[in-house]
Amino acid sequence: MTQPLIQLQDVTKSYPGVDVPAVKSLNLDVEPGEILVLVGPSGCGKSTTLRLINRMIEPTSGRIIYEGADVTKGDPNALRRRIGYVIQQVGLFPHRTIAENIATVPKLLGWPKAKIRDRVDELLELVSMDPALYRDRYPNELSGGQAQRVGVARALGGDPDVLLMDEPFGAIDPITRDRLQNEFLRLQGELKKTIVFVTHDIDEAVKMGDRIAILRDQSEIAQLDRPENILTEPADEFVENFLGSGAILKTLTLRRVRDIDLDPMVTLKQPVHRGEALTAMNDANTTTAVLLDERDHPLRWIDERALNSTRSSLETSGRPITVQLQPEDTLQDALSSMLQSSAGMSVVVDGRGRYLGCCTIESLAGLLLPHAPGVPSS
Amino acid sequence: MTTVRVQTAPQRKRRSIASWTSDQLDLIVTPVLALVLLILLVTVWTYSTFDPTTERILEPAQLARQMWEQTILAFFSTVLVVLIAVPVGILVTRGGAPRVKNSMVSVLGLGQAIPAYGLIVLFFVWLGQGGLTVIFALATFALLPVLRNTIVGLEQVDKSVIEAGRGMGMTGFQSLTKIELPLAVPIIIAGIRTATVINVGMASLAFLIGGGGLGETINAGLKLNRPTAIFIGAVLVALLALIFDFLGGLAQRYLRPKGL
Ligand SMILES: Nc1ncnc2c1ncn2[C@@H]1O[C@H](COP(=O)(O)OP(=O)(O)O)[C@@H](O)[C@H]1O
Ligand SMILES: [Mg+2]
Repeated sequence: MTQPLIQLQDVTKSYPGVDVPAVKSLNLDVEPGEILVLVGPSGCGKSTTLRLINRMIEPTSGRIIYEGADVTKGDPNALRRRIGYVIQQVGLFPHRTIAENIATVPKLLGWPKAKIRDRVDELLELVSMDPALYRDRYPNELSGGQAQRVGVARALGGDPDVLLMDEPFGAIDPITRDRLQNEFLRLQGELKKTIVFVTHDIDEAVKMGDRIAILRDQSEIAQLDRPENILTEPADEFVENFLGSGAILKTLTLRRVRDIDLDPMVTLKQPVHRGEALTAMNDANTTTAVLLDERDHPLRWIDERALNSTRSSLETSGRPITVQLQPEDTLQDALSSMLQSSAGMSVVVDGRGRYLGCCTIESLAGLLLPHAPGVPSS
Repeated sequence: MTTVRVQTAPQRKRRSIASWTSDQLDLIVTPVLALVLLILLVTVWTYSTFDPTTERILEPAQLARQMWEQTILAFFSTVLVVLIAVPVGILVTRGGAPRVKNSMVSVLGLGQAIPAYGLIVLFFVWLGQGGLTVIFALATFALLPVLRNTIVGLEQVDKSVIEAGRGMGMTGFQSLTKIELPLAVPIIIAGIRTATVINVGMASLAFLIGGGGLGETINAGLKLNRPTAIFIGAVLVALLALIFDFLGGLAQRYLRPKGL
């Protein structure tokens, strides 16, 4: 493993007038290019830990090493210009346009005007906002989700290697939050920043984290590992409780449809006669088949009842296929689409919409059950 | 747990009076009021017959001088207020001394509880006669609204906005000048506006220590029992106050940062 980008060595922070330290003798390494999630109950010291890294607060004792150098001395403002910082309330400057907001750090760094302008547009595009439309607007014209996008763009302004994010999506409605999380992961796929991400939401931690540090009071690390390891092997009771009862379901968000064996099913490709269909399904001894069009796009579920009702043509009998999965979707997506599907399973298609196979409850269970406690792994 | 921010399109064109904002409204009400006073003044002036004493009191050149003095007194005492109260307000909000801040506000509150003529007499005892003494006395009297509004204006700035600014590496001074002060401007100006109007009114007491102003006319009217003179003197003070208030309203409207 490479040299950690950020190291917290024996860091303690006591607030004046408070008996117990908010962070006690914390040791933590952040590897370059990873998303390290700090997750834990409210008040356990997550924000304090994060703010120690960019010296928004000074440690009472201990060392903070950034790129091999101790940064607990020197100019904190210069340090902060090299570290992006995103907070839950976003904190856009209401009297500055979106462009001026994003230009904050470049301006502080004294970039030339033309470079700043290009950078602003580049960042707006990066967070999927049309520069021509939003550049000159003011923050009070943005929705919560848009404001947080601008917040992220602004944090990336000076092209920092490190991004500190304190519950960035915490104040956003669930649907928008989900979209922002996905967008952010896509973005991170391109940018490969080193990110320390704070949340109190274990689901968000599992989704976003390359590694997760589960913290208890005074920022004590209860467990630090990859999400799948934490979910399957919680270190102690505290972690187990924090994960909640749905830990096994949470592993669904970590696996993708491409990880499971798809059921090929019987397919009927148009044009097809009712008789052919009947034979095919009888031969395979199955009750359900998938009707495909000429280009292999799935159309309908054909079952025995559809075959027997001779009043309508095959293309209009059976039930239409409304939800489709792609190999990149998570198994959680798969589960919810199966529960919605009339056939109790979901078709999986490739990027062009061509049929790949079906995802069934059995194939899901086959992947999960070996890990489940108390179930013999056969 | 989660909050969904509902966004409504900003409405630019307002049609019914009911939906006018208060500062749009007072940019209209003040001139209308001033106009009414002016008409009243002209009517009284034109249709009343002045006896020689009244005529001497209401000698136009003398009234003009008094108005000018009143304006100058109000203007410079307000400038002095701003020069003192805004920096002090900034200093006490720079953290570190919350107790200094609270005790200062209450001490100045006491200052305002002293009757204005008492303050003027106090300053007279200390500094002697003249306009400058009046300006110091008025400034002391009107310090509180500006100081209070500076403190409130700076403290109502959303903490997360400051946090974000500092988190991006703005220095404390940059945060003050580029974020906190601009965002406090509307409230500070409101305080200055109040102070101006107080000062215009209180400048009527300047005559007590030889500072001039329209107080001379009102005082002469009182002493010599000439109600017309009292009335005209008072209306002129009110007119000046309305003009200052209107200018303050304009400043409040046009110095407000965009986006707020
Ligand atoms: N400025 C402060 N002064 C005193 N105590 C604080 C301050 N900030 C946070 N704390 C305390 O430190 C502990 C950790 O706070 P914080 O880091 O904000 O927790 P989290 O982000 O995990 O909710 C809490 O007990 C909190 O009350
Ligand atoms: Mg927090």
